[in-house]
Amino acid sequence: MSTVLILFCVLSAITLSTAFLTIFSKNPIHSAIYLVICFFSIAGHYLLLNAQFLAIVHIIVYSGAIMILFLFTIMLMNLNEQREVYRPRITRLGAIVSFCLICLVLITIFINSKPIVGEYTSTGEDYQSIKVLGKILLNEYMVPFEFASILLLVAMIGTVLLSKKEKLEK
Amino acid sequence: MDSTIIIEKSVIIVAVFALTMLMAMYSTWAERKVAAWLQDRVGPNRAGPFGLFQPLADGLKLFSKEEFEPNTPNRFLFFVGPAIAMSTALMTSAVIPWGDKLHLFGRDILLQATDLNIGLLYFFGVVSVGVYGIMIGGWASNNKFSLMGAVRAASQMVSYEVAMGLSMIALLMMTGTLSLREISAQQAGMNWNVFYQPLSFIIFLICAFAETNRTPFDLAECESELIGGYHTEYSSMKMGFYLFAEYANMFISSTILAVLFFGGYNYPGMSWVVENWGVNIANVLGFGALFIKLCGFIFFYMWVRWTIPRFRYDQLMHLGWRILIPLSIINIIITGIVILRADIAAYLGF
Repeated sequence: MSTVLILFCVLSAITLSTAFLTIFSKNPIHSAIYLVICFFSIAGHYLLLNAQFLAIVHIIVYSGAIMILFLFTIMLMNLNEQREVYRPRITRLGAIVSFCLICLVLITIFINSKPIVGEYTSTGEDYQSIKVLGKILLNEYMVPFEFASILLLVAMIGTVLLSKKEKLEK
Repeated sequence: MDSTIIIEKSVIIVAVFALTMLMAMYSTWAERKVAAWLQDRVGPNRAGPFGLFQPLADGLKLFSKEEFEPNTPNRFLFFVGPAIAMSTALMTSAVIPWGDKLHLFGRDILLQATDLNIGLLYFFGVVSVGVYGIMIGGWASNNKFSLMGAVRAASQMVSYEVAMGLSMIALLMMTGTLSLREISAQQAGMNWNVFYQPLSFIIFLICAFAETNRTPFDLAECESELIGGYHTEYSSMKMGFYLFAEYANMFISSTILAVLFFGGYNYPGMSWVVENWGVNIANVLGFGALFIKLCGFIFFYMWVRWTIPRFRYDQLMHLGWRILIPLSIINIIITGIVILRADIAAYLGF
C-alpha cells in the first residue's frame, strides 16, 4: 500500500468516526469538539489532494472562527440538562426537503465538474496556487462568486436585524 | 538525495524548536528584569550571575509542585488544553525564514523548515486554532472564573483576528505573494514594508498584543476580576505550559512582525557583504539582524506591559470593532487607489 492510501484510510476513519460521535455524544461541548476534529481531518483530505490553499482556508474559517463561536455559545447557554426539543411536523418535512435539495446540488456538481477538472489536469496548470485560483474565480465563475458574496451579506444583515428586533421587543 | 533533505530539515526543525524554547525561557527572565528596571528594583539576582539561572529554577519548581486536579467530569479535556496551547505556539515557527541560505557541503541550505507558498495563511490558521487551548482548558476546569476567562479570550481573539487579517490584505496587495520567504526577499536593501504600510503595521502590532493575551489585552487572566482566568485551576507543569505558550507566542509574533514589516533577515549593506565576504557570513549576519529585530519587539511587549494598564472589556471590543476594522478597510482602499494609479501610469507610459 502506498503512503497516500494509508493516510487516506486513516483520515477517512477519523472523519467518519468523529462525524458519528458528533451526532451521538450526549454532551453538546463534546459534540462540538468532535466536529472540530472532523473538520481538521477534512483539511487533511484537501492536503492529500494537493489543495493547500483550500485546506488552510478551511481551517481558518471553520475550525478557527465558526466552531469557536459555536463552542462559545454552547458554553454560555449552560446546557446541562438534556431534553428532547419538540419539533413540529413542518420542521421535519423542511429538513427532509432541504436534504434532498443538497443531494441534488451535490449530484449536479459531480456531473458538471468532471469535464472541467479533466481540463485543468490536462493543461497542467498549478491550480493550488492562489494566483490561478483567483483568476478562475473572477473570470469563469464571476457570477456565482458574486452571488455567494451577496448571500453572505444578506445573512449578515439578517442576523443584525434579528438581534435588534429582540432588543426592541424587550 | 532524499535522506540528505530529511537530515537537513530535521536539523533545522530541532534548531528552531530549541531556539523557541530557549527564547521562551529567557523571556520570562527578561520580563522580570525589565519590570524591575522600569519599577526601579533589582529583579531576580540570586540564581547565577544576574539571576541568569532563574528560568531553570522556575522550571524545576513547576515540575516538582503538586499536581492538583479539580473535581471535573472532563479530565481528558483538562489535560488536552495546555497541550493544544503549547503545540500551536510551537507550530507557527515552521514557515519563518530565519535567513536566506547557507552554502555548506556543496549544497544550498535554506534556513527555513518549509517554504509554503501560503506561509502567511498558515500562520493565521495556527493562530486561530490556538484559541482552543484556552477555551477547552477553561471549560474543562469546571470553574466559573476559568469559564469566564476562556470566553473572554475566545471573543477577544476572534474579534482581533478580523482586524489582523484585514490589515494583512493591504500588505498582500503590495507584495503580491503569501510566501514569507518572498516577502522577506522583496524587502532587500532598506525597502522595509513598514515605510510603505505604517498603518497596517500599527494595526497588526495591536492585534498581535491581543492575540497573545498580553497587557493591555490580558482580560482573559485579569487577576483582580477573575482570580487567574483560564488557568485558575491549573497547577504544576500544566500551568507552566500555559505560561510557556504565552512566551513562545510572544517570540513567534515578534518574529512575524520583524519578517513582515522590518525586512526580516535583511540589513543595510547585505549585498556588499555577500560580494566581499561570501554567502555564509552574510546570512549568519542576517540571522543576527533578524534576532536583534525580534528582541527589540519582545522588549517592546514587556515595556508596554509595565506601562499601560488593562482595558475595560467594552473598551477592548470598541477598539477592535469600531476603530481597527474601519481603519484597516480605509488602509485597503488607499493602497488600492495607489496601486491602481501606478498601474494606470505604467499603462499610459508616464
